Amino acid sequence: MTFRLGLLAKTLASSALALGIAGAAQAESFKVGIVTFLSGGAAESFGVPAWNGGKLLVEKLNKGEMPAPYDQVGFGGLTIEPVVIDEAGGATKQVQEFRNLVQRENVDAVLGYVSSGDCLAVPPVAEELKAFLILYDCGTPRVFEEASYNYVFRTAAHAAMDNISLAKYMTSRGINVGSFAGVNQDYAWGQDSWADFVASMGHLQPSAEQKTALFPKIFAGQYGTEISAVMREKPDVLHSSLWGGDLQAFMLQATARGLHKRMQVALAAGDHVIPQLGQKMPDGIILGARGMNGLAAKAKGGPLIDALWDEYEAAYGTFPVQAPFRMWQGLLGLKSAVEKAMAANGGKKPSAEELAAAMKGLTWEAPSGTITMALGGGHQAIQPNAIGTTKWDEAAGKMTLVDIEYYGAECVNPPDGVKAVEWIKAGFPGAKC
Amino acid sequence: MKILANTPLAAGLALAGLIALAFVLPDWALFLLTIALAKGLVSLGIITQMRAGLVSFGQGLFFGLGAYVAGLMAHFTGVTDIFLLTVLAVLVTGIVGVVFGPLLSNYRGIFFAMLSLSLSMILYGTLSKMTSLGGTDGLNVAAPTFVGYEPEARALSLSLYLYTVVIVVIAGTAMRIFFDSQQGMISLAIRSNELRVEYLGASVRRAHTQNYIISAILGGMGGVITALAIGHVDPESSIFWTISGEFVFVAILAGYLSIPSVFAASIILELVRSFSNLYFPNTWQLALGIFLLIVILTLPNGLGSLVDRRRA
Amino acid sequence: MDLLLVILVDGLIYGAWLFIVSVGLTLVFGVLGILNLAHGSLYAMGAYMTASAVGLYFGAGGDAVPLGSYAVMILAAAVVALLVTPVLERGLLRHFYHRDEVIGVLVTYGVFLILEDVIKLIWGVEPLFVYEPYDLLGLVEWGPLFYVAYDFLVIGAAIVVGLAVWAFLNKTRRGKVVLAVIHDREMSQTMGVNVDRVFMLAFGAGVFLAALGGALTAPMISVSPGIGVNVIIVAFAVIIIGGLGSIEGAAIGAVLVGIARAASVHLMPEIELFIIYFVMAVVLVFRPEGLFVKTQTRKI
Repeated sequence: MTFRLGLLAKTLASSALALGIAGAAQAESFKVGIVTFLSGGAAESFGVPAWNGGKLLVEKLNKGEMPAPYDQVGFGGLTIEPVVIDEAGGATKQVQEFRNLVQRENVDAVLGYVSSGDCLAVPPVAEELKAFLILYDCGTPRVFEEASYNYVFRTAAHAAMDNISLAKYMTSRGINVGSFAGVNQDYAWGQDSWADFVASMGHLQPSAEQKTALFPKIFAGQYGTEISAVMREKPDVLHSSLWGGDLQAFMLQATARGLHKRMQVALAAGDHVIPQLGQKMPDGIILGARGMNGLAAKAKGGPLIDALWDEYEAAYGTFPVQAPFRMWQGLLGLKSAVEKAMAANGGKKPSAEELAAAMKGLTWEAPSGTITMALGGGHQAIQPNAIGTTKWDEAAGKMTLVDIEYYGAECVNPPDGVKAVEWIKAGFPGAKC
Repeated sequence: MKILANTPLAAGLALAGLIALAFVLPDWALFLLTIALAKGLVSLGIITQMRAGLVSFGQGLFFGLGAYVAGLMAHFTGVTDIFLLTVLAVLVTGIVGVVFGPLLSNYRGIFFAMLSLSLSMILYGTLSKMTSLGGTDGLNVAAPTFVGYEPEARALSLSLYLYTVVIVVIAGTAMRIFFDSQQGMISLAIRSNELRVEYLGASVRRAHTQNYIISAILGGMGGVITALAIGHVDPESSIFWTISGEFVFVAILAGYLSIPSVFAASIILELVRSFSNLYFPNTWQLALGIFLLIVILTLPNGLGSLVDRRRA
Repeated sequence: MDLLLVILVDGLIYGAWLFIVSVGLTLVFGVLGILNLAHGSLYAMGAYMTASAVGLYFGAGGDAVPLGSYAVMILAAAVVALLVTPVLERGLLRHFYHRDEVIGVLVTYGVFLILEDVIKLIWGVEPLFVYEPYDLLGLVEWGPLFYVAYDFLVIGAAIVVGLAVWAFLNKTRRGKVVLAVIHDREMSQTMGVNVDRVFMLAFGAGVFLAALGGALTAPMISVSPGIGVNVIIVAFAVIIIGGLGSIEGAAIGAVLVGIARAASVHLMPEIELFIIYFVMAVVLVFRPEGLFVKTQTRKI
């Protein structure tokens, strides 16, 4: 009897132990809601490659395979547990899904949002729910210029620097722009990009004449009429911030008609279509990657690039373009913040408040260079940028970037407290180039 | 007439039941219910027209107008009082309804559906162009206040939910009474044969116009509440044709026989969407589409036919 | 003068494309009474199938006869029609012929949602490219402009498709049977017409035309998820302007929208976003049932 009681006690004790361990194992994961496009027009160019890169990095982090300073397992020893949600469906739906992630799935942080509409709609809810939110991709400067938040951070620079850099590149490369035209999509991204580029050119090349500004519908697919209109006007430079399938279709249709031979084409965010277009992307196109991402980052090199580039290429059959880079800098920023907060609180899983305190003004290294939360009171990142010119490498059989110019983060981003548009209009005061 | 006699009782029960839910449900479910009920108001408007045989594929027009009333007032005047905003939305959508109602009352079937769609898409295009009104990115909407009361966090979701419940029950009851009134019954007669109704001396156009205005106002109320709950308005989420399509889906799912089933259908759609998005992030559209087909195949007269066996 | 010509050419190129992507939609509506929201997804399937098939063709030594890729494109569209029609029409749509038009719209909305994901499951999200057929015919130089000869091939294809459909309906016995079914389904049935067969044929033709639209478009775009969504809206606008169920109407509507859009891009780029809805609203205000619809008797 005693024996059996003892056994029972033992069983109870061991199961309690098992429960305890299970409980501890659960507490040892850090649950991150990941929101990005898995369907629709932005999936192929942004959402899917971003999460491909993210998945790779999360796996490597969970195994502790990244080089220092990211060699700790997971986030400060906590296993990273991603919960992935599709961003398609509009801002209203994303607000609902964000609430569900926080209140139903109990995630510890959310990292997401490519669409700038979503990036404007979700932060007030994060604030209301006191949930830690990282915006990792979207470009609109309005997020922190129109409001301020405690729990919301953006780990990628806003879009102003893309077009400022493009204008600077043309000036420093000695391209004399007599006139320029634009083909941009008819929504906030396209409208803002064009406005930034026009304002930047106004300062850097005030004599340049502004010709037609076309705004085809997003996902239009057919650009024959736009191409005719641009070719008829014969500008020296054509500016475009098209992306994804739209940019691919535009380049196919424009190059077939020889548009690139008659004017200089400058693409604000064009790097991500290089792998798909291959040789169909002609030589001599000036393009950026919304940061020192993709080929420009590879050209610069570094231990983080070495750790991720080849594995990404092996896993997905194509090199990483801008989207995975922004996912990486977001995840590594989150990791840095979690670990900084854990160092301050004695190693517990940090609360949203502790995360926010750690993230504010943080500086960390990413494959895309040094990221600093310099704007919006320490909530908005600035990062270095790079612009290059395409050149087909016949020997290697792949597209390369030549004449790459790198721009320091403080050269192409406004100082804290100054709105991007006003900074450009004032002639970039205080830029450190 | 039996139904009419029971209406106050049913309304009272619904009100009590919905209020009771507020104290058991977790936050996320309360929020989902608020949105579902608010959107249900828009579908109730579609039902109003459906009873007379018309289905609008452009109800996003009024939903969007209501939402933008909340967004623009908060942005430019700082008015956040929910009662005031609701009244304003009712006024704005009512006026737009009065303007377009007589024009659209000439159209039937697919032409009515498509003309209402194109009206909503013109508003969509206009708002997308107007960067001063937020353009495609839209505007954030400040949290609502309730005559000076400024709740936060849980109290805010609770107040908003209770406000929605009260509006929904009032609107539902009013519509039931209207549907069973002589004027409301004309709609059913028009549905089965509008020429006969004309010969009997009733004005078909007048009935259609009336229904259109009612559905405009219901759409506006749904829009204003949704915008305040979500905290954001933009053209794609409030006016685009896919949004209008969802309202129609809810209306068809519910059928025009029973009013509570409209709100039930709306809740079901929100639940299915939310969970399929979580469990099938890559194939949630597939799941939603299959769900839709199953519903249409198995419930030809909508959910309402399960509770109400009457046939029009 | 030069500008007017450019607008006309651009408008015709775009209008021809519009006609090919919308003629199947109007045909299906005319015969089956179903406004097929999944039309855009069928267009996308045609584009994907073409991308795969033409890719295979050039992979298997098609370089020797590059013009053969055009035949492969048509074949790809036919394969889509043969695969999809039995499943969609026999398996699903025929349950809804007696129901409201609006139910039909909703059912096809469900099909649209399903197909969007099915396409993703079959072909993935990576974009596909088949630009060989686009470059094959070279360029046409014209003043300051170059046009790709392929653009004019699309115009030719649109004319052939339009004439073929018209001639089939008006000049062949079987076509006249289809017209009879359009005019009065029940009466035709009592006269011994196999309406089921006519429906399946008409739907199959609609799917083929949608897929052909995708096939012809595939060489000039990146074939990637979401390409079908935009097509539905413009195709709707075109056939509503022309009058639902009218082939001539779809042709006129397509050219009208094409030229209106070209004019807006060249002259007033600001209004391009809503020019199509604007044309639609104007036409509907003056011709409530579109340009080409015969008045129908109202049944008492």
